[in-house]
Amino acid sequence: MPDTTEVKINPQTGTLIRDGVPSIMNPDDKGGLEFALQLKDKFGAHVTVITMGLPQAEEILREALAMGVDRAILLTDRKLGGADTLATSNSIAGALRTMDFDLVITGRQAIDGDTAQVGPQIAEHLDLPQVSYMEDLQYDEATKTFTIRKQTEEGYQILQMQAPCVVTALASAVQPRYMSVNGIVTAYDKEVEVWGADKIDVPEDRIGKAGSPTSVFKAFPKQLKPAGETHEVTPEEAVELIINKLKEKHII
Amino acid sequence: MELSEYKDVYVFAEQREGKIQNVALELLGKARELADANNEKVVAILLGKGIKAKADELIAAGADKVLVVDHDLLKDYLTEPYTQAITQIIKEQKPSILLIGATTIGRDLGPRVSARNCTGLTADATKLEISDDEAHEFRMTRPAFGGNLMATILCKEHRPQMSTVRPGVMQKMPADPSRKGEVVDYSINFDEKKIARVKLVKTVKEEKTVTDISQAKILVSGGRGVANKEGFAKLEALAKELGGEVSSSRAMVDAGVMEQSRQVGQTGKTVRPNLYIACGISGAIQHLAGMEESEYIIAINKDKFAPIFSVADLGIVGDLHKIVPMLTERLKAMQK
Repeated sequence: MPDTTEVKINPQTGTLIRDGVPSIMNPDDKGGLEFALQLKDKFGAHVTVITMGLPQAEEILREALAMGVDRAILLTDRKLGGADTLATSNSIAGALRTMDFDLVITGRQAIDGDTAQVGPQIAEHLDLPQVSYMEDLQYDEATKTFTIRKQTEEGYQILQMQAPCVVTALASAVQPRYMSVNGIVTAYDKEVEVWGADKIDVPEDRIGKAGSPTSVFKAFPKQLKPAGETHEVTPEEAVELIINKLKEKHII
Repeated sequence: MELSEYKDVYVFAEQREGKIQNVALELLGKARELADANNEKVVAILLGKGIKAKADELIAAGADKVLVVDHDLLKDYLTEPYTQAITQIIKEQKPSILLIGATTIGRDLGPRVSARNCTGLTADATKLEISDDEAHEFRMTRPAFGGNLMATILCKEHRPQMSTVRPGVMQKMPADPSRKGEVVDYSINFDEKKIARVKLVKTVKEEKTVTDISQAKILVSGGRGVANKEGFAKLEALAKELGGEVSSSRAMVDAGVMEQSRQVGQTGKTVRPNLYIACGISGAIQHLAGMEESEYIIAINKDKFAPIFSVADLGIVGDLHKIVPMLTERLKAMQK
C-alpha cells in the first residue's frame, strides 16, 4: 500500500497524487508477519504470505520473502477490483479455502483504510474462531492450542483457541526483523505466485465491485481550517476562552 | 431482499461490567436524529448478564425500545455469542440501520456481524445523515486514505446498513429520565458448540505504562517554556483532567525532561488528536509537521510572534505556568 504519511491531494480535482508515494508493507501486517516467522523459528511452521492488490504489490511480497517466508501469493485480477472490505475478505477467504493451514494472521488494520474489518470477516467466511488485537501468541504443539494476549482499552485478556483459527495482530506488539542479506539475494530467486480470480474458491458475485454492498457516493478533500484567533488576555480570561471553546467543541 | 421490510435505527448498547459505555449513549443521540428524519423508532440492543436495570438509562438517552438479552454466555464480551445474539435479532427484527461504537469490542464485533449477514459496514464514520431529498438515503461519511480524503458511503441493496463510530464523535442527548420506552426480554437460541471454540482465560486491568501518543484523543504538549519536570507536572494534571496524555517538543526530550516516546514532530511521532494543547512550544516547522493535522489546536505562549499561533485555532498569549493550573482547577470544579 502507499505510505499514507506521504500522501498529497490535488486541491483542484480532489484526487490523490500517487506519484512518488513510496510503497510500504502495512505496519500491522508486518507485525503479523513477525509473529508467523517466530512460529517458523520455534516450531518449523511453513509460512505463506498472501496479498491482494495491483501487480506492483509484488515488491512487498519480495520483502516478505527476504524476511524469511516460504511462499508468496499475489492475488491480482481486474475482477477483484473495486472491492469493499466484504468483497476483499471474500476474495482472500476464497484463496485460503484452497489451502491447508493452522493459523491465519492478518494485521489489525491497514493504514490507508483503517477499517480493521478484513481479518474478522475472513474468519467468518471460513467459519473459524477469531481473536483480534493480538499482542502476544503462544502455541502448544501437543494440543494445537494457541494462547493469545489481546489488547483491550483497560489492559489485556488471555484467550485460547485451537487450530485452525484467525488472529489480527498489532504492529506495536513486536519488532519485525530486518531482511537478511542472504534473504534479499534468495528472494529474487524465489517465485511470487500470481493468482487470478479463477484460482480462488468463491462465487463471482461475492468479489470485486459486484460483491461489495457499500459504494462510495462521493469523495472530497478534507476542508481546510479557517484561520484561528489569538488573544492577549489575563489568565482568568484565557481560562474562560478555553473552557468555552472546549464546550463548543464538545470536548468537555 | 425486500428493502421495505427493514426499518428502525438500532444501536448496540455496549456495556462493560454492567457499565453502559459513553459511546452507546452518543450513538443513541445520533440514532434519535436519524430515526426522527424517517419517522422510525430507535431500538437499543443490550447484551450481558444482570444488566436489565440499565435499560432505563438507554431510554433516557433516546431509545424507544430496548431489547435485553440477559444470559450467562454474554457476561464477558466474546465474538461468537455476541455475534449470534445480534444476528438472530437482525433476522427477526429486520433493522434498517445498525450503529456500533468503534471500540476494541465494536471493531471486533461489527465486521463479524456484517459478514454473517452479508451486508456492508462503514468504519469510523464521522458524519451520519439521512438525505433530505426523496430518496431518504442513509449517508455515512468517513475519513479515507489516512485522513487525507473524506468519503461518503452508501449501502444501497443490503440491510442493515451498518456503521461504527468512534467514541466522542457524536453527541449524546441530555439524559431525560421522564422519557418512556419499552423494555423487551429477548431470548436467543445459542449454538454453544461454536461458542466453546474460544475460551476466555482471564481479563486483566492494568495501568498502561508505555503510551502511544499517536492514539491519544487529547494531548497536552509542552516545549521549552515548560522548562522542567515540575512544569510538566502541571501539564500532566491538566491531561489527566481531560482524559488525555502528555507529549512534548524535541527540546524537552533533548533536555532529558521527557522520554523520546512522547516526542511530537518530524523526528518523533505524527499525531492527529481531537485536541492538541501546545504549551510553551514556539512551533518549529519540524514540530508543526507532526501535529498540524490535529482536529483542534490551542496554543499558549508568552511570545505573540511564535509560529505555533499560525496553526492554532485558539491562541493565548500568556504564561502557561499560571493558565494551565487555573484551567485544571476549573475543570475539576466542573466535574463536581
